[in-house]
Amino acid sequence: MALATKADTNPDLGITDDLVVERDYEKHQTTPGATRTMVLNMGPQHPSTHGVLRLLLELDGETILKAAPDIGYLHTGIEKEFEAKLYQQGVTLTDRIDYLAPLSNNLVYCLAAEKLLGLEIPPLAQWTRVMLTEFTRLNSHLVWLGTHAIDIGAMSVFLYCFREREEILRIFEMFSGQRMMTSYFRIGGLALPHPRGWQKRVKDFIDIFPSRIDEYEELLTGNRIWTGRTQGVGYISLEDMLDLGVSGPMLRAAGLAHDVRKDAPYSGYEKFDFAVPTRTENDVFARYLVRVAEMRESTRIIRQALEGMPSGSHQADAPGIVLPDREKMKTQMEALIYHFKIVTEGFRVPEGEVYQSVESPRGELGCYMVSDGTQKPYRVHWRGPSFGNLQAIPKMIEGTLIADVIAALGSMDFVLGDTDR
Amino acid sequence: MLPESLTTYPTAAALADLATGGKFEFGELTVEVAPENILTALHRLKHDLKFERLSNVTGVDRYPAEPRFEVVYHLQCITGKERIRVKARLSGANPEIESAVPVYRSANWYERETFDFFGVRFLNHPNLTRIMMPDDWEGHPLRKDYPMTGYRY
Repeated sequence: MALATKADTNPDLGITDDLVVERDYEKHQTTPGATRTMVLNMGPQHPSTHGVLRLLLELDGETILKAAPDIGYLHTGIEKEFEAKLYQQGVTLTDRIDYLAPLSNNLVYCLAAEKLLGLEIPPLAQWTRVMLTEFTRLNSHLVWLGTHAIDIGAMSVFLYCFREREEILRIFEMFSGQRMMTSYFRIGGLALPHPRGWQKRVKDFIDIFPSRIDEYEELLTGNRIWTGRTQGVGYISLEDMLDLGVSGPMLRAAGLAHDVRKDAPYSGYEKFDFAVPTRTENDVFARYLVRVAEMRESTRIIRQALEGMPSGSHQADAPGIVLPDREKMKTQMEALIYHFKIVTEGFRVPEGEVYQSVESPRGELGCYMVSDGTQKPYRVHWRGPSFGNLQAIPKMIEGTLIADVIAALGSMDFVLGDTDR
Repeated sequence: MLPESLTTYPTAAALADLATGGKFEFGELTVEVAPENILTALHRLKHDLKFERLSNVTGVDRYPAEPRFEVVYHLQCITGKERIRVKARLSGANPEIESAVPVYRSANWYERETFDFFGVRFLNHPNLTRIMMPDDWEGHPLRKDYPMTGYRY
């Protein structure tokens, strides 16, 4: 993005992607004593942008006149790469998109491919998927809460949040063998059967976690510095958010009870009892309260999944699509042939196009998958929630003070890997 | 022309005069419109049929078929819990379509992304520049005739 450009933006649409600095410079030259604005370049290495977001801020004193986000620093061409990979290989790419919510990404990709294939997923796999995506939500919200608090100046919350997050990562490691890039959900079910002793690990965690949430709330909710920095900050109207494509907790903090898990249930979410927390204040503090309440609801869902976990197979009955059991592969000729063919050739997916969306910790995560009947996706478009949410930044921070930018950005909870893909 | 089978869907029926095709597959409704009618269709969907949110805008390259590009819009009606996919096909020689920004402001970045990756030009877009690739990048990476490894190697 050019810093100084003469092309003015369209004022009617409220779009301020370009900063018009030259205009003000000329004004200053011709009329001495006129107010001069300053352009501040924030990022891409600014710690509070949580990654590589660059913001250009045009300031009049401490007031922001214009803001222009500049993204693309973390673009890795994942959508192009999908087209060169077999369907089952694509799962590993999805982890790397939103690296704080890898299992939500696995899930949406698998659901899209399964929709095209018309696969029936056994209940055990569905419930495990629900349980682990809720763990992902906890994981992501904990990182958000810790870093958001540290941005505003509360150091200890960060340490407490990462203590619990560590335990969640250990649970991920127990299930999948990986802490972050899990790739545990595969097309047709799960990568591995449940590990031994997982119930105790999960139970220990959810028994203690609600008291840990109380601990964070004790540190923050009534804290005068915290409320002073967050209440009434970062307001943006609900109409603007809908028009700008915002989704997730931001909408719920503005009073709209919109949640993909309720509106279009996937993977058996309709069988779980949980509430969609909403607030109406529509500021940074309300978004904090909504996410904290969501953590409590996620804990409830995990408890239901743990207590009602069905028995059965962890993979669908689809011999040409899911890899055969290791033991069968070593003893039966047919299983060996299937194994060889799936790994080397992949499987054909019927022609068609689907759009699958799930509720990721950040909002609506969508996967638009086009198949041309071959073993590789023809086109995969990733509708990352952070990309949609980031568009609302100028509207949210223009006219506010520069000190509030950090709080407003943090309340959005974006991940640049998800934005840039 | 809207296929006979789609006339039972109220959303599709409301677009019947603009539709050039459509289908209902995998529980998802798709309506195709001519590129010159895209703004009329989106405007009607937003204001008359209450599709409040545009989820995304993206492209599909059908190279070497003609018309080569598909521009795909996913819309969502939050109150009615409904989704629709609107599609317009553009020729490979001159991929141009009216920008959806006057109807949905969220189209802004999605159209920049589609321009960046496919080279589809959105007319009357407020700031049609590259968003992911560097400003001086040559070519449009998601086109099917753009090699996987890029041109530099």
